[in-house]
Order: sequence, then C-alpha cells, then structure tokens
Amino acid sequence: MINQEERNVKIAVEQLDFFYGQTHALNSISLDIKENEVFALIGPSGCGKSTFLRTLNRMNDLIPKTRVKGSVQIGGQDIYDPDVDVVQLRKSIGMVFQKPNPFPISIFDNVSYGPRAHGLKNKKELMGIVEESLRQAALWDEVKDRLNDNAMSLSGGQQQRLCIARVAAIKPEVILMDEPTSALDPGSTTKVEALINELKQNYTVVIVTHNMEQAARISDKTAFFLNGYVVETDETNQLFTNPKEKQTKDYITGKFG
Amino acid sequence: MKFQKERNNKSNIEEGIVKKVLFVMALTAITSLGLIAFFIFNEGMPFMIDYGIADFIFGTEWDPSNQVYGIFPMIVGSVIATLLAILIGAPIGIAVAVYLVEIAPPKVARIIRPAITLMEGIPSVIIGLFGMVVMLDVIRRLARGPLSEYLPAGYQTGYSVLAGAIILAIMILPTIISISADSIRAVPNEYKEAALALGSSKWQTIYKVVVPAAKSGVLAAVILGVGRAIGETMAIIMVVGNTVQIPEAGWEGIFAPVRTLTGNIALEMGYAGPEHRQALFATGIILFIFIIIINSITLVLRKKED
Ligand SMILES: Nc1ncnc2c1ncn2[C@@H]1O[C@H](COP(=O)(O)OP(=O)(O)OP(=O)(O)O)[C@@H](O)[C@H]1O
Ligand SMILES: [Mg+2]
Repeated sequence: MINQEERNVKIAVEQLDFFYGQTHALNSISLDIKENEVFALIGPSGCGKSTFLRTLNRMNDLIPKTRVKGSVQIGGQDIYDPDVDVVQLRKSIGMVFQKPNPFPISIFDNVSYGPRAHGLKNKKELMGIVEESLRQAALWDEVKDRLNDNAMSLSGGQQQRLCIARVAAIKPEVILMDEPTSALDPGSTTKVEALINELKQNYTVVIVTHNMEQAARISDKTAFFLNGYVVETDETNQLFTNPKEKQTKDYITGKFG
Repeated sequence: MKFQKERNNKSNIEEGIVKKVLFVMALTAITSLGLIAFFIFNEGMPFMIDYGIADFIFGTEWDPSNQVYGIFPMIVGSVIATLLAILIGAPIGIAVAVYLVEIAPPKVARIIRPAITLMEGIPSVIIGLFGMVVMLDVIRRLARGPLSEYLPAGYQTGYSVLAGAIILAIMILPTIISISADSIRAVPNEYKEAALALGSSKWQTIYKVVVPAAKSGVLAAVILGVGRAIGETMAIIMVVGNTVQIPEAGWEGIFAPVRTLTGNIALEMGYAGPEHRQALFATGIILFIFIIIINSITLVLRKKED
C-alpha cells in the first residue's frame, strides 16, 4: 500500500553526483520534495545550491564537460533517462533566475513567449493566459495599461515578477527559483515572497536563498548544503530552531558563511 | 605646494609632444577625407550644373563622343547589383553567423573563423577571376540552355548583373558574417537561458530570442555590406558585362549585362578628354552621395542602440 507520505513526493533525488570537469560539485545528494511544498536550499556561497537546482531542469546540460550520476525522478519519471525530451521536461519545470531576465520585447510578448513557443497561436487564448499569469504574479494592476511597452522599462522588482508571470504562463508543475529576491529592494521582496506563498497552491516550489529569515518565512522544508553535500534536511521550523547537526547550527547562528 | 605642476619637467614635455603628434595624425585623416570630397566636387560639380543635374542623373543615354552624359543606367546597374547581392549574401551571412556562434562545435568554429578572415583578405581581382572562369560559364550554360527561349540574345552571354551580384555577395559575406557574429555573441546569455528554461527548443531560442536581440547589429552588418558592394569596382567589372543599358523589368532582367557607377569611372578614365573626365568625376559625386547616405544610416542605427 502506498501511504500519504510517498504518494505526494514530486521530486525524488537519489545519490546524485555532479561534476564540472574535474570539480566534484555535488556529492551523493538524496532528497525528497513533495507536491505543493516550498522547499528551500540554504548554504554558504559555492556549496552547490545553484548547481543542484539546475540539475532539476537539466539546465546544466548547456555547460560543456559536465557529468551527472545518480537519479532525479520528477513525477515518477527519471529525467536523465536517454528517452527524455529536455524541451518537454522544461515545459513542466519553470525557472526564475537570480537576476531578472525579461526579454527586451513587450510585456505581453514576454508573458506569451512560452505558450507561443509551445504552439499556441489563438490571440484571445494568449490574452487570457497573459492576464491570468500577470494576476498570479501580482503585476496585472501595474501593467495592464502598458502591455505593449518594452519589459526593460519596468523596475527591477516588476521585472522579476514579470519573469515569474512568464513562468506561470507555461503552467509548469514545478517552479525553481535561484535567489529570486537577491537583486530586489525590500518592498519588492515582500511582494515576491507573498507571491511564492500563493504559488504553492498550484506548484511545487524549490527556492535557493541566502537569506535565512526568508527561508524561515516562506518555506515548509529546508535543506542545508555545504561543500557539495546535504548536511541536513528537515521541516523548516525544526531546522532553524533545533538543528541536529553542529554544522547546521554553526551556519544558522552565523558562525560561518 | 606638494602637487604643483613642474613646468619644465621632461616627461611633461614629452607628453605634450606626443599629444601634438597624435593630433596632427588625426587631422591628416580628416583632412584627406575633406580633400578627396573637395577635389571630386570641385572637378565634377560645375560640369553637373552646366549639363543639368536632372539630365545627368536621369538621362538614359551615355555617349561621350557626342557629349551625351546620362548615368541613369549606371545608377540602376549599381542599385540592382547591390540589392541582389544583399538578397543573396545577407541570409547566407546571417545564417553562417548564427551557425558559427550558436551551433558549430568549437573545433569547427576554429576552422571557419580564420577561413572567413582569409576570405576578407582575398584581392577582389582574384574573386573576379573566379567569377569569370566559373560563374560566367554556369550562367551562360543556363542562359543558352534551358532559359534560352525566354532570354534575348544579348542576355545569353553570361556577363550579367546576376554574375555581378553573386560576386558581390561573396565579397560582402565576410563583413556580414563577422559583424553579425559579434552582435549575436553579445546577446546576454541570460536571454538564452530564460528561453531554454521556458521549454523552447534550441532553434526557437535562436530565431525568436537571439537573432531579434541582435537585430540592430545584424542590420548594421547588412548596411555595411551594402556600402561595400556599391563601392566595389574591380571584380564587378570583370563579370558584369559593362553594357550601358537598363535591364528589362521582370526576372529576365537579372541576366542583362549592365554597367555600374564604379565601373563607369574605372573603365573610361584612362582615355577621357576634359569634358568626359568631368562627367566621370560627376559620376563619382553620385557614388559619394550614395556612400554617405548608407553610412549615415549605420550611424543612426548605432546611436539608436546606445
Ligand atoms: N559553470 C561552472 N563551471 C565550473 N565550475 C562551476 C560552474 N558553476 C559552478 N561551479 C563550481 O561549482 C561549485 C558550486 O557552485 P554553485 O554555483 O552551485 O554554488 P552556489 O551554492 O549556488 O553559490 P552561490 O550562493 O554563490 O550562488 C562551486 O565550487 C563553483 O565554483
Ligand atoms: Mg548560486
């Protein structure tokens, strides 16, 4: 019999190793990430958080001379299986980057980029998706009268929310976020955090953050990375108030990092 | 005062001299441009005004022995050859640039890149030779063979605006490739990552994100190509036939031998009498104006980009 625990696992990572040429960036990572969960990755700079995140949508494939070992299952399917179509995979795994990176085209075209690339042509349907996604990203009211303006004319915080809308528009199952608020002012950060809270209704969210308060505020579970290893994974409350490992404790109390 | 200027310090004097020398050199460049312009206008302008600017530009007959100087056929020849060259060269050049930057394995790119640089350095007379031997033959076979029933006899020699355009296309390819490759390379990686992460294929990413993001540079490359094509002389004289005529409208026209502005000057300067000579300088003025217009477009585009 499958119990509740197992059935909800969305992303199952087992014994994952990752190499940049000779650099062994990830060491035997095993993690389970559940559906509709916000899962935070914390750890000092260079410990492998981004690398791990990018193994989940195979963005690391773009970097030459990299190697993966072990397995990553998403929705029960091994994404490193040779039969997997990476383009299809990325349609169901959205990604928000550290630096807001809208395309230098109109706001409308940014949000509709994904659905269009996936073959949707109907203007009305596209408009519907654009509005829905911008509402989800809490940006609709600010931009509804200027959808044809270039996305570069938005503020940094708005650009990042636009990038989130752009991801929402492809209706992914999982959203990966790599320090999505590190380039934003406090006001925009608050908005994006509120947004993440909303997003977990519909998506599984994996988020890298340097900001431990942020991890504590928004995530259900947290994994602490160090030098390419996962030191500890636990309920966020638990990990921050009662860490099992000494290294975790040292990190969250600011002894290093 | 600790930081007071030393008036007669040796290095200060040296610096002053170097500055002046460089300034004079810069001045030389500008002066020679000014001199060339002045010289051409000085020789050609009075004639053009005398003859009538409209008659000169729109006159369709060029017969120096009877003092008839209409350069419209040459303008048409230059414009058609250039446009056709761009039509052929730009898509190929842009495609090669995309391939080079986005698709080619590093090993292949390492071979292609120096080859393109080398191509840029080939003297145009050599490319003209290739055109005369290989291309004229191919076009002649085509014109005398399957197309012979559609083409007038004068269009069947192989010497044609088409041959000229292909030669020009070959000559502007390196420029178009290297400049558009630069601007494609300059497209921030973030755009590509964003597009790929949204589940667009590599090909979609290239034509929907990368090339549009590089479009001002690509356009500048094409316009630079236009400038080069319209000014090219040697190679085009060798293949274009140099007949003063306006090609028939319609596709047959591309098989017509024509003469370009540049060819007109180069071919006749050697034996021209005084008035004829002035008419050739006036031809130079028209060419000069074309080049200035093209360069201004490039400048405007560059400005827009900043
Ligand atoms: N493209 C790359 N090529 C080679 N090595 C890389 C590359 N990207 C990352 N690394 C190395 O892999 C290790 C993990 O890097 P990663 O970017 O995943 O760290 P991170 O935890 O995200 O750090 P930060 O918090 O600074 O973003 C580092 O040692 C880094 O130098
Ligand atoms: Mg990182």
